[in-house]
Amino acid sequence: MNEVLVVRTGVANLASVLAGLRKAGAEPIVSDDPEAVRAARAVVLPGVGHFTAGVASLAERGLDAAIAERVTEGRPLLAVCLGLQLLLEASEEGPGQRGLGVVPGVARRFDAHAGIRVPQLGWNRVLPSGECQLLQEGHAYFANSYRLVEPPAGFACATAFHGGSFVAAFERGPVLACQFHPELSGEWGIGLLARWVNRAFSERETRADDGAPTSDAKRHDGPPTSAAKEASC
Amino acid sequence: MLTARVIPCLDVKDGRIVKGVRFANLRDAGDPAERAALYEKTGADEIVVLDVSATLEARKTRVATVRAVRERLSIPLTVGGGVRLVSDAGDLLDAGADKVAINSAAVEDPARITQIADRFGAQCCVLALDAAKNEAGVYEVVVKSGRERTGIDAVTWAREATSRGAGEILLTSFDKDGTRSGYDLPLIEAVSRAVSVPVIASGGAATAEHLWEALRAGADAVLAASIFHDDEHTPDAVKRELQRLGAEVRL
Repeated sequence: MNEVLVVRTGVANLASVLAGLRKAGAEPIVSDDPEAVRAARAVVLPGVGHFTAGVASLAERGLDAAIAERVTEGRPLLAVCLGLQLLLEASEEGPGQRGLGVVPGVARRFDAHAGIRVPQLGWNRVLPSGECQLLQEGHAYFANSYRLVEPPAGFACATAFHGGSFVAAFERGPVLACQFHPELSGEWGIGLLARWVNRAFSERETRADDGAPTSDAKRHDGPPTSAAKEASC
Repeated sequence: MLTARVIPCLDVKDGRIVKGVRFANLRDAGDPAERAALYEKTGADEIVVLDVSATLEARKTRVATVRAVRERLSIPLTVGGGVRLVSDAGDLLDAGADKVAINSAAVEDPARITQIADRFGAQCCVLALDAAKNEAGVYEVVVKSGRERTGIDAVTWAREATSRGAGEILLTSFDKDGTRSGYDLPLIEAVSRAVSVPVIASGGAATAEHLWEALRAGADAVLAASIFHDDEHTPDAVKRELQRLGAEVRL
């Protein structure tokens, strides 16, 4: 059973994400319990809404550290739209508000003076670099006013163009973050979700202590990783 | 670079698709979820569902319709009609809408735009702006499915609504709606020039040339209903024609 945990963030519209995951062969469940997020085989961090509210909503329930750990440990995570931006160090949308900080970079607002529409609403061509394993070329549906411009170090990136080049998505192993909405990107998007789900369930997890309750407990009581510490600041 | 979006619109009353002329003379044109799925398969970039009944009983039907459409759809879904409060928007988004369109209620109380945009983000908050030309030759906002003229200048209202947080404008010409005589191009030009958010042109489309004219006038997306309902054209066929005329489209 390809059970995928979708994080309830409070403001994200879940219905489209759940429907998309079902079409991609997964069985989505919804939770806002950080222990469940740690224990789940695969996790989706959806995102619609404001950066500051998004960070606050994660921090309130202790989900920030649980999600940050998945990135640093390379365990299956899919972050969508605002979900991608929450992984970054910060966003211009929420001045003074730190993101989870597990991916280097700051989200900045599209420059409307460049003769483009803001928000970016519509289908844009996604161009993956040669290192990408999950991402493929095609049209994806975007709905965003902020974006990451510099490809983050340590990830394979795909770019798109809206008044200038920006990061459309990045991946590292089973960690995938999309500025676009794969769940709204038609067959191409469902194909990407299916590849991510397959990747998440096709291999043994890299964690040596996976599935052992004693070491699980130790992990949760132990000192936070540097990323998690940063995220709780 | 963004492609020009082609958006079939489903006018829905009591859970069934209807289509009329100038918001009246409605006739039955099928099941919304079936139609939406067919449109996605044949190349639609997005679906708009406008609930034209919007009575209290119809609201429950509306949520059920949205849920049914969402289960079949993996492209964006915008829902409008009778959206008054933040909670209406929340109900529709929960049921599976990706964007909600607010119309008369925003004219009554523009603060509602900000409330919806603050809660769900500007990209979820579509202003549905229905306009008609008045005797003085000025585009005026009309509400209540065109039954009521407001005296508000359409371009001024478009600017105000976006400054209050609307992330997109669904611009319908009341004069052109259902006439199949082409979009109201001066209206599209005036509004799309006045705002920096995307503008969806609506009202009057019968041919791919009409859609192309609207894009050239400044629209970012083109909405049409009857040309798709009657199976005259598929979205894909229309998009291939648009591409031939010079538009960037997703095929």
